[in-house]
Amino acid sequence: MVATQTTRDTVGESRAESLAQAFRWMLLARALDEKMANLYRGGRIHGGVFLGRGQEALSVSIGMALRPGDIFAPLIRDLAGRLAFGEPVLDAVRTHLGSVLGPMRGRDGNIHRGRPRAGLYVMISHLGAMISVVNGALLARRLQGRSGTVGATCIGDGGTSTGAFHEALNQAAVERLPLVLVIADNQYAYSTPTSRQYACASLLDRAKGYGVDGHGVDGTDLSACLATLNTAVRRAREGHGPQMVVASLLRLCGHGEHDDAFYVDPRLKESPLGRDCLAVAEQQVLAAGAASPAQIQQWRSQVQQEIEAAVAQVQQEPAPDPYAERWEAISTTRLLDQFAST
Amino acid sequence: MSITYLEAIRAAQAKALAEDPRVFIYGQDVGAFGGAFKATKNLQQEFPGRVLDAPISEDAILGAAVGAAIEGMRPIVEIQFADFSTVAFNQIVNQAATLFWRTGVPCPIVVRLPSGGTLGSGPFHSQSMEALYAHYPGLIVMTPATVEDAYSMLLEAVAIDDPVIFCEHKFLYYHLKAEALPETALPAGRARITRPGRDLSLVTYSAMVHEALAAAEELAAEGAELEIVDLRSVKPLDTDTIMASVARTGRLLAVGEAWPWGGVTAEIVARVAAEGFNLLDAPPQRLNAKDTPIPFHPNLWAAHRPTARSIAEAARKLLRL
Ligand SMILES: Cc1ncc(C[n+]2csc(CCOP(=O)(O)OP(=O)(O)O)c2C)c(N)n1
Repeated sequence: MVATQTTRDTVGESRAESLAQAFRWMLLARALDEKMANLYRGGRIHGGVFLGRGQEALSVSIGMALRPGDIFAPLIRDLAGRLAFGEPVLDAVRTHLGSVLGPMRGRDGNIHRGRPRAGLYVMISHLGAMISVVNGALLARRLQGRSGTVGATCIGDGGTSTGAFHEALNQAAVERLPLVLVIADNQYAYSTPTSRQYACASLLDRAKGYGVDGHGVDGTDLSACLATLNTAVRRAREGHGPQMVVASLLRLCGHGEHDDAFYVDPRLKESPLGRDCLAVAEQQVLAAGAASPAQIQQWRSQVQQEIEAAVAQVQQEPAPDPYAERWEAISTTRLLDQFAST
Repeated sequence: MSITYLEAIRAAQAKALAEDPRVFIYGQDVGAFGGAFKATKNLQQEFPGRVLDAPISEDAILGAAVGAAIEGMRPIVEIQFADFSTVAFNQIVNQAATLFWRTGVPCPIVVRLPSGGTLGSGPFHSQSMEALYAHYPGLIVMTPATVEDAYSMLLEAVAIDDPVIFCEHKFLYYHLKAEALPETALPAGRARITRPGRDLSLVTYSAMVHEALAAAEELAAEGAELEIVDLRSVKPLDTDTIMASVARTGRLLAVGEAWPWGGVTAEIVARVAAEGFNLLDAPPQRLNAKDTPIPFHPNLWAAHRPTARSIAEAARKLLRL
């Protein structure tokens, strides 16, 4: 009796704690996104800015369900997940502002940043292409006798139509890899509505078709996202093969900051899909007693300060120098084609 | 002992698997079946768990190879026919080829492409893709023409930390034989003078080396000495050896089995024209396959790609210029 009581309390506490933790990452991600969008409007950003607005609850849940040593190949709207997985704020700011000290040294930017050696894979633009790369990493670990790691990656509803998506999902299923494939079904692929993207009733049908576990979740509900991603990651880790998570939500912004999203159906914005996951999360944090309104206010100003400090620092940092650049595309320098580099 | 080009490729893979636990082979039917051309015959039995059958998913195969390379493995991928690598084109040129430059993390993969034409193979089983891949920074493109090179260059490809597109020629698989496998080798990136001559530099690679040799025999009987340069790898391209040869002969004929437009032979001619214009006694020439898809019927195929006969004819013409 007592034991059961204790267990329930611990669970309650840890649930409240992870809600609070997740919410703090979400606040940081939302504020950092907004800051980059402001700088974009001020003409200070190299390249585009793509927000995760409305997808933070889903994204943060991936980052939090993973452990150090796991692999995460995020997509453009995954700032919250990146931060929760351990990406420094500076990495994001540096790639957006073009600092040579960023992880990509000015050679690639913004959403394409990462640190493969730290398990944070760098996306290429071609949608669907990262899934098989994560598969390969998981295959490698199996061959190396290192079990117990999970690889997670994300895709949008539009990305699920690519050949790469289908090849890779089938590959993961055949090899029974510990892959967690997260689909943010955010109703639009750029401007294309889901009705022009797929004809099955739900993208969850895809899971069945490939012989993998499927998990549907309300992507606006932080609590539900945390629980679902924890289950999916745990099942992958325990050897149940690939897990597909399909989250329903609405992108609360344009494709990028250059896009005013005029095409979004206003009825969708009014529907439950259009809820802002940040507001839902705040209610859940308060309801669970995980934080007081005053504490939340304090977190808000803390993340703002952290971001301002990072931007101020990066604005002092040098840009890449074309004369100091090593224009070498391969590591085997003796095989560089001298003629080609002149 | 007599060993074929195909056996050399198998032997190199066996040696790589035996010597380096990071090496594994991934591709369609490479397992118990031993590969469509038997290039991996018995390797799965010899190295259990390290020769893996893949679903028919060239894009996913190459993507997985990149992920495995990031995690410290050295995958050898067999694409059943070079032609099907177009399905994996994105992963090769955008993922594998850019990884090192973008992230500083090298991408040690080998992509084996059974390339070029054989009798009756037609438009989808005969293509030579080397120019396409050589166009992209970040890739090394090897085109071995001999049994010895097939062996030593494949071993070198596995040892190199960068993605290597290994264009092995299907026509040579069974046609070529060597007495023994080499102990030492000329490194990739260095061309070889296969036959010295004073009258014309014939620069070529892969199966065309053998057509060129036959053409050179024909012309020798007529009193003209062709110098044959076997490039061995088309990227990097050994411009020094080409230029030195042209300096000796004053004439350049670049020959390739691939299509002409913007290809390897175009690159050779461009370099010689730009850097060695004053070495030339005649306009540099090139000979390629015809600019059409590759025909199926042997009669048509024989006339589609350069042959000893058409090479000899092109050389005669150039010698008269
Ligand atoms: C293979 C490929 N084709 C086209 C594009 C151009 N593109 C970039 S984002 C995008 C829409 C993606 O939609 P979705 O996958 O639903 O993700 P969302 O942007 O909605 O998060 C398109 C078409 C691309 N990146 N990759």
